[in-house]
Amino acid sequence: MANTGSPSPAETGGTAVAEDSSAPLIQLLDPDGRLRDDPVFSAYAQDVDAEMLRGFYRDIALTRRFDAEATALQRQGALALWVPCRGQEAAQIGSGRATRPTDYIFPTYREHGVALTRGVDFAEMLRIFRGVSNGGWDPRENRFHMYTMVLAAQVPHATGYAMGVAQDQSDWTAEQRERDGEAVVAYFGDGASSEGDIHESMVFAASFDAPVVFFCQNNQWAISVPFEVQSKVPLAERAAGYGFPGVRVDGNDIVACLAVTRWALERARRGEGPALIEAVTYRMSAHTTADDPTKYRTSDQEQSWVHRDPMTRLEKHLRDTGQIDDAFLAQVERDADALAADLRSKAFSFPDPSLEDSFNNVYAESHPLIREESEWFRQYESGFADHQTGGNR
Amino acid sequence: MSTFNLPDVGEGLTEAEIVSWKVAPGDIVAVNQVFVEIETAKSLVELPSPFAGTVAELHAAEGETLEVGQPLLTVDEAGAQPAEDLEDPAPPAQRPMPEDPAAQSWLGEVTERSLDDEGEEYDAATDSPSAASATRGGGAPAGTASARTESADATAGNEVEQVGPLVGSGPRADPVKRRTRLNRPRPSGNVLGSRMGERMDAARAAVSRVAAPRTQRGAGSQPAAPAASQSTGSAAAQGSTGVVPAGQNRTAGLLGRVLAKPPVRKIAKELGIDLAKVPASGGHGEITREDLMSYQAQREAEQAAAPAFWSAKQGMDDRIERQPVKGVRKATANAMVKSAFSAPHVSIFVDVDATRTMEFVQRLKKSKDFEGIKVSPLVILAKAVIWAAARNPNVNASWVETEKGAEIQVKHFMNLGIAAATPRGLLVPNIKDAQDLSLKELAVALNDLAATARAGRTAPADMQGGTMTVTNIGALGIDTGTPIINPGEVAIVAFGTIRQKPWVVSGEVIPRWITTLGGSFDHRVVDGDLSARFMADVAAIMEEPALLLD
Repeated sequence: MANTGSPSPAETGGTAVAEDSSAPLIQLLDPDGRLRDDPVFSAYAQDVDAEMLRGFYRDIALTRRFDAEATALQRQGALALWVPCRGQEAAQIGSGRATRPTDYIFPTYREHGVALTRGVDFAEMLRIFRGVSNGGWDPRENRFHMYTMVLAAQVPHATGYAMGVAQDQSDWTAEQRERDGEAVVAYFGDGASSEGDIHESMVFAASFDAPVVFFCQNNQWAISVPFEVQSKVPLAERAAGYGFPGVRVDGNDIVACLAVTRWALERARRGEGPALIEAVTYRMSAHTTADDPTKYRTSDQEQSWVHRDPMTRLEKHLRDTGQIDDAFLAQVERDADALAADLRSKAFSFPDPSLEDSFNNVYAESHPLIREESEWFRQYESGFADHQTGGNR
Repeated sequence: MSTFNLPDVGEGLTEAEIVSWKVAPGDIVAVNQVFVEIETAKSLVELPSPFAGTVAELHAAEGETLEVGQPLLTVDEAGAQPAEDLEDPAPPAQRPMPEDPAAQSWLGEVTERSLDDEGEEYDAATDSPSAASATRGGGAPAGTASARTESADATAGNEVEQVGPLVGSGPRADPVKRRTRLNRPRPSGNVLGSRMGERMDAARAAVSRVAAPRTQRGAGSQPAAPAASQSTGSAAAQGSTGVVPAGQNRTAGLLGRVLAKPPVRKIAKELGIDLAKVPASGGHGEITREDLMSYQAQREAEQAAAPAFWSAKQGMDDRIERQPVKGVRKATANAMVKSAFSAPHVSIFVDVDATRTMEFVQRLKKSKDFEGIKVSPLVILAKAVIWAAARNPNVNASWVETEKGAEIQVKHFMNLGIAAATPRGLLVPNIKDAQDLSLKELAVALNDLAATARAGRTAPADMQGGTMTVTNIGALGIDTGTPIINPGEVAIVAFGTIRQKPWVVSGEVIPRWITTLGGSFDHRVVDGDLSARFMADVAAIMEEPALLLD
């Protein structure tokens, strides 16, 4: 059965749910780097070869380096805030690599790994955290929606969007859908799962067979609230109540995350409706740079997740099977260094936004009231001795 | 030399304590190498260096608390990798401690140590940075951790300094720097002309400059805001009274807001209606959609009627309209003739600074006791008239012809008449025994009286037995006049409009809320001396309502 590969309680050691749950945990690459078989989901990872796995490793390494560099930049005063994703890279990259370019993604504020798979420029992503942009990237370009800071708010958006997709494709043939059909992924966390928005989204998605995949990264902590407080059952089990399938997957197993997400996206594309994926993972870092996890969780718990680190697991597998060598790792390291240097130089040279832009972006077209207010502001600004610098805050 | 100022590492933190330095002057630091551990209100935090070079100065001692934005570390970047080599991943020549990856806690995260076990690490850290923070989990292959920051260390320090760290979002950092104002009174020109009013003097300009953006938004699309008191007073007291430009002095700011919800403002704007002119009936003095609609209906009726008034020359006979004199019109005419030609009228006037009355009314409106009750300056005037009459009893009297000759009957009660324009014509209903009413009861009584009169339901009994009258001509925007005494009474007070005017206070001209009180008296009963003292007493209350407590 599927849970043959799941870690024993002694191995998991982390949360009560992870240990006690009867819900199977889908796993295709165990913490020791050994590949596992799953009667259902192995089929969705048939094409995963050494080249792909090396790519995954590189994705994780780059994301982790991006995350670390951004954290350092926050500590150096260059960013107002940073949201680390360390430990959750496999869930993010595995699911992100399962999407097609035509799919549309609704992230939270922590999906840096997914962003990488969608080709979003990491440096651009820093702008919102520096407070010089309301977004940072064009969501239409990569079909990767803007980060949503309001907890769970993106999930109703995703469901509504998916309902629209279903309507657009209502007269498509099954074949057409399979080939060109668009699906939607809504990312959220265990904390957001307690919000009413999620419930409403799932009710509507089920009622309308919306092509949306609910991808929940259960990182065990809603800031300082442990998962046991959020739910008495694995989140995946909630899907049954809405009438669509729910799957619990090892969120630190990038292969399993890829396979399960592919499965869910294919169903969605075929018009079979939504699915819920609960990726069991662990937030190895703080909730944000303004948070101190030592105040609410023990280092024992943190240690218990170290050997399940998605990066070391993949590295072990690749090394044990001789698919990577030191040269490869050194190259990845150099790429990460270059990425970090690039980020660092860009982070300090983003232009400050002009308040003029705020006036320009209120309405799509010129508006007399805004014009008047903008003109007033221009005169007000010019009343200062340093007005030539204009537009700064 | 590049100086790193203490950043806000949380959200809105203002200060941090230096827990321990991980470097000493003379040490070489790399970019992202942890150089200090600080404790904020939220957590222990390791700070990574944004510069590479030699530590020149530590700006605070361990245990010292620094404010966000103050200098923390100065690094001499001389000899560090030049900026143009930024993209070059090759390690620089004097790469500090490249063989010692553990020294470079490039994560710079919140330290994962608890407060309890920090001691042992501190000692080690001071001597050897290598022990400082090996935060990376085990299992990393050799080589991955090495040279982690090699290319990143060379951030041009100048760049950092030019932009400056993003500090100052905390509550204390912002007000430090005040931008210098050019020597110009305010943004001039037509932009503000209509909106802010042209009458702002230099003294007010300073205030309004600060308040302007908000006033502008607060007032929405409404150019001129009237005194709110007038829009919440009795309907008769509204309309054109005291329309003042918004955003003047503080009193004006207090009084000068028209309350209306955005959809109502939008409709008003579309119809081109100045909300300041619309009587408000909302529970909090706001103008409702119905108010707006009825105002618009009235306006349309007036506009439709106006052009039809003048008639063409042909049909000469039809050019004079004949209106029969009957009912209220006839009664009014008779009463006025009787009064004007039997009682010799003397009229006197006094200008009053009613600013404190306006402020008092504002306070009453906001008080819980007066919740849901419309309060207008008329209430204060009524109270003032009652107060003054008690001090000058003969103004509250009648001239009565008896068989034994004339006598003066002084009333030891006040049935205060209020002249009201009603659908039926001019009526003067009175508030019986007004001397017994509290301010609040008086306000309620005035509102009831006005509402009843407007609805045309004033009973004859309401109009009998009056002892003195107030006519609120200010409601029509008029300053003052010579009212004719209500027959059977010997005094009438005319309450003029309250508007802002230049006023001399302590030798300085400043804008104040000014009104004119007029009074007509029956000289058979009231001499100049008495009338003057009575009017001065009424004026004294309008100037200082607190005297009512006396």
